[in-house]
Amino acid sequence: MSLLDTVLQQEPTKKLMMNEPVNSLFDQTASKLVGRPINRVDGSLKVSGQATYSAEFHLDNQAYGVLVSATIAKGKVDKIDSSAVEAIPGVIKVITDPKHFLRNAQQGGATKSPTQGATEVFYHGQPIAAVIAETFEAATEGAKALKVTYKDDSEQAALDFAKELPHAHDVNEKGGSDKNAKQGDPEQGLTDSAVTLDYTYHTPSQSNSPMEPHVTLAHWEGDKLIMYSSNQMLASCKKQIADALDLDGDNVQLISRYVGGGFGSKLGISPESIAAAIAAKELDRPVLIVMTRPQVMEATIRRSNTRQRIAIGCDTDGIINTMIHDTVTSNLPGESFFEPTALSTKYLYRGENRRVDYKKVEMNQVLSGSMRAPGEAVGQIALECAMDELAIKLDIDPIELRRRNEPEQDPSQQIPFSTRSLIACMEQGAQQFGWDQRIAKPASRLEGDWWLGIGMAAAARGNQLAPSEARATLQVDRSKTLGVKAIIETDMTDIGTGSYTVFTQVAADLLGLPIDHIEMRLGDTSLPPAVGSGGSMGAASSGSSIYLACQQLREMLADKVGLHPDTIQLDKGYVKQAGTHESTVAEATVEAGKDMASDLVHKASDLVEKVVEKTGLSSSEHSDDNKENSQQADYSSGDFDFSNFQSYPLVDIIAQYNEQLISAKGQIAPGKNGKEYRQASFGVNFAEVAVHRVTGEIRVKRMTGAFAAGRILNHKTATSQCYGGMVFGIGSALMEQVIHDKQDGRLCNHDLAEYHIPVNADVPQLDVILVEEDDRYTNPMHIKGIGETAISGAAAAIANAIYNAVGIRVRDFPITMDKLLNELPD
Amino acid sequence: MKRFEYIRALEPQQAVMFATPTDASFIAGGTNLLDLMKFEIETPIKLVDINRLELESIEITADGGLRIGTLVTNSDLAAHPTVIANYPVLSRAILAGATGQLRNKATTGGNLLQRTRCYYFYQPDSPCNKRKPGSGCPAINGENRLLAILGISDSCIAQHPSDMAVAMRLLDATVETLKTDGSTRQIALKDFYCLPKDTPHIETVLETGELITHVTLPAPIKGMHTYDKVRDRASYAFAVVSCAAVIDVDDSGKLTTVRLAFGGIGTQPWRDENVEAILTGTDGNDDVITAAADLLLKEAKGNGQNDFKIPLTRRLLKQVIQRALASRSLASKGA
Repeated sequence: MSLLDTVLQQEPTKKLMMNEPVNSLFDQTASKLVGRPINRVDGSLKVSGQATYSAEFHLDNQAYGVLVSATIAKGKVDKIDSSAVEAIPGVIKVITDPKHFLRNAQQGGATKSPTQGATEVFYHGQPIAAVIAETFEAATEGAKALKVTYKDDSEQAALDFAKELPHAHDVNEKGGSDKNAKQGDPEQGLTDSAVTLDYTYHTPSQSNSPMEPHVTLAHWEGDKLIMYSSNQMLASCKKQIADALDLDGDNVQLISRYVGGGFGSKLGISPESIAAAIAAKELDRPVLIVMTRPQVMEATIRRSNTRQRIAIGCDTDGIINTMIHDTVTSNLPGESFFEPTALSTKYLYRGENRRVDYKKVEMNQVLSGSMRAPGEAVGQIALECAMDELAIKLDIDPIELRRRNEPEQDPSQQIPFSTRSLIACMEQGAQQFGWDQRIAKPASRLEGDWWLGIGMAAAARGNQLAPSEARATLQVDRSKTLGVKAIIETDMTDIGTGSYTVFTQVAADLLGLPIDHIEMRLGDTSLPPAVGSGGSMGAASSGSSIYLACQQLREMLADKVGLHPDTIQLDKGYVKQAGTHESTVAEATVEAGKDMASDLVHKASDLVEKVVEKTGLSSSEHSDDNKENSQQADYSSGDFDFSNFQSYPLVDIIAQYNEQLISAKGQIAPGKNGKEYRQASFGVNFAEVAVHRVTGEIRVKRMTGAFAAGRILNHKTATSQCYGGMVFGIGSALMEQVIHDKQDGRLCNHDLAEYHIPVNADVPQLDVILVEEDDRYTNPMHIKGIGETAISGAAAAIANAIYNAVGIRVRDFPITMDKLLNELPD
Repeated sequence: MKRFEYIRALEPQQAVMFATPTDASFIAGGTNLLDLMKFEIETPIKLVDINRLELESIEITADGGLRIGTLVTNSDLAAHPTVIANYPVLSRAILAGATGQLRNKATTGGNLLQRTRCYYFYQPDSPCNKRKPGSGCPAINGENRLLAILGISDSCIAQHPSDMAVAMRLLDATVETLKTDGSTRQIALKDFYCLPKDTPHIETVLETGELITHVTLPAPIKGMHTYDKVRDRASYAFAVVSCAAVIDVDDSGKLTTVRLAFGGIGTQPWRDENVEAILTGTDGNDDVITAAADLLLKEAKGNGQNDFKIPLTRRLLKQVIQRALASRSLASKGA
């Protein structure tokens, strides 16, 4: 539903554009549910197999499709011989559609179709047809048997990044999420500096490879296309689908109730979606296409490989005056996305002379696009290794060097930081990790056959907010202990990060209900549109829209019971008055409200805290306690008297409305705060590694991360996100690498046996500190993105630890034993 | 996966009879075969399931060795008290491989027959002389970081991936088989595998329909049993280089027993008895170790990305010998 429709519908709507700092209701609500480390509300469904993922839906008469992948790197499909395949028992049809098939996946947030066309081949693995059969097995057999002849131009394909580097050209800045920039005179600054450093770092292509492969179950109801899919951002994906198939957007419904990870590869639609839609139309029956693991790797998204030059000029005390970050990345011909490696370089450290420059090389390899923390994740590998190298060159402790270069404001744009807790993170992290044990001289600690070393790297990830909308409904439900429940609706997704859980906490907190009284409806484009999951902005954006919808409900209830919105307190199913409204001094009201509220609910909240902390569920154990606090009065006439009565049951108030419910919408939008304040989450990773003295094998021994991301909605899910980022850091430092053959362009290691990510044995003790922070500029919840903070720079901490262990600086990632072997200390 | 016929054999004799057509396969744990079938790298028209054969026992032989049924799982074999006590190198090698789940399914005979992990072998649309004789080998000039440096040919440099087989080779294992004509034979593991030469698709001397029924080990060898596996991640990774060793040192510090077998570097589990002979009877000084490594790697040839395996193997060999000597000297000091 579009925003316009909403306006037309006149549904009560609370809108907020972040143009100034705002207070948060969380500071005055009674429950203090927000922040609690409660278990995932969908956890038991997931572990018991009751959470239905898209491939698990089953529609009557459903057929199964398997994509057919091109086996050349460049050229044209000459002929597809379907006859033999269609003779295979169970095969229904070979679907080819030269015009509509997707050449590649789409980037996040786009509203247009990705590049279409299945005749011209741009990369090995590009989907060119689909075989549809009665069973998955028959479709698979058919797909493998399909005879395709090509006009093969692979000899002209660009398959070797090093060879293509001389052809690097300017990027299309409009198509990216960062821009070239220059302040002062960086080259001169470098020349004039007392101390300089100028190194080039290489990072390889990486594969998002979420656990759940990309999948679409498509079916048509007349002109309406309904798709069970696995997408991170439904509202924009719906538009991509509509554009790809020339449909009216209202005729597309996307459903992604549960998403088994995405890491950016499901921000936009992927090739199976359109193939399934076309097949379902042609066959007039539902068609399910699940991409195979090799296809996920070959034909969705990779993170681009990068070549990054970092040049720094500083004085002998390490005070930086010049910072240059030049990057070359790769992508398919015509694609404008480029890995924005220098996003955080622009503001992480001081320096008056600065340059960020991006170049692109066109390659005949799978689309490059967003993968977890696009930009910072690999950009900070280069920057934070360079900072370590600089610290060593200057013989300054790496933390001290960063402290000396802490900027007072964003040095690129000369705007203040909304909040910046890098130093607090470094201090708390260093304390926990035991950084003071560091021996600066490499190869100083040999334990058995292993050299030990420690390293650190700063983390920064830009904070974002995007327009989002949600609906909140309070309605009578006698099956609930308190007789009332809240329904939250938005097309926001939960990609395993905990959206269901943290949004439940937000709504429960603001509406004063236990979390089992909140029904969260996500992942369906028939619900109000949200930005979706991506860029670590889902919780902030979608969460704020839920917050605002709940705020609207609070104000409607306040109006109903004759309270000022500032003084209504919703607590465990009861409506109360908290404090008195003083219209002239808004800040004071909030503070007073806090005190009054805590007095009133002190006893009950102690109990509920315990219950919720343990289980995250169930109001049954404390409902009696509530009843004791309540005094009955006759208010059926609609008169509420808070001077004589402490509280009224929420259910009785809701029961007075038509249909025994009230509902409202919330809409959040970014505003001036995003432009006038540099908003980012900051943090630090510490790592201890062991390097085998004989073989050069590298194992991470332990990691500590300290991160500040505003208010934390749920300490457990936030900590899990940080763990995930740190594990990605281990993979990025030591093993992750998409290997494309330089002769024929195939993706050699196209499964998780050969594309190495850390296994349990590679992941040691991880400690996460969530450093306390509150940010009034970001959104009404005061939160910042956390999902992608920990990965940023994590690999650099490991690389720096490797240097400390053995004195070898590897600037070509991943760092594998063969790159250490010849230089290992004796 | 292509459609196939499935038949379950109840007796070994029945199994080999069922398996007479040229494109039948035995299936036991299926941990490798099913993947190969899904990718259509192997496309048997018939699968003969041997899981009901009574070949799951481990028996002590008359000469003090061990006779292992082909269906004994990797997990069971690694955990067998006699193996742990008398052949610890075998237990260690098995536990260094794959994952707990895979080892629970994988069998002794199947492990010996697992196929290479060369990227190009695993992708049916790629040329590969092992999969499609005469089609070429992109690995020689391609992505060969993990591939073999010993026993290679101009047509194939694919490494043998097994850990268990390296220990079996070290221990002089013998493969017992049943042929389709009902006869049995015993094949020393050193004669079991074929070098790729210009026929890399022929990997063992097994004939069509010939079934591995047992693997036998001779009496245990005294000494320190070790298995070192160098790998890119801590678990669930194939060996970059591995070394199975049994080394004994006498009180004077002389190497009285030296057995060494290597994985990850050869087109088959790699053992060179001449290398062992150089070391045996010496004090294992640097010159001797260098001479041993020189001989081991005399024919070694890298193809670019895997060049590092040559110095890595050299370092590992030295480490294994020196560690054995050091631990002996520690033990004697303690005594």
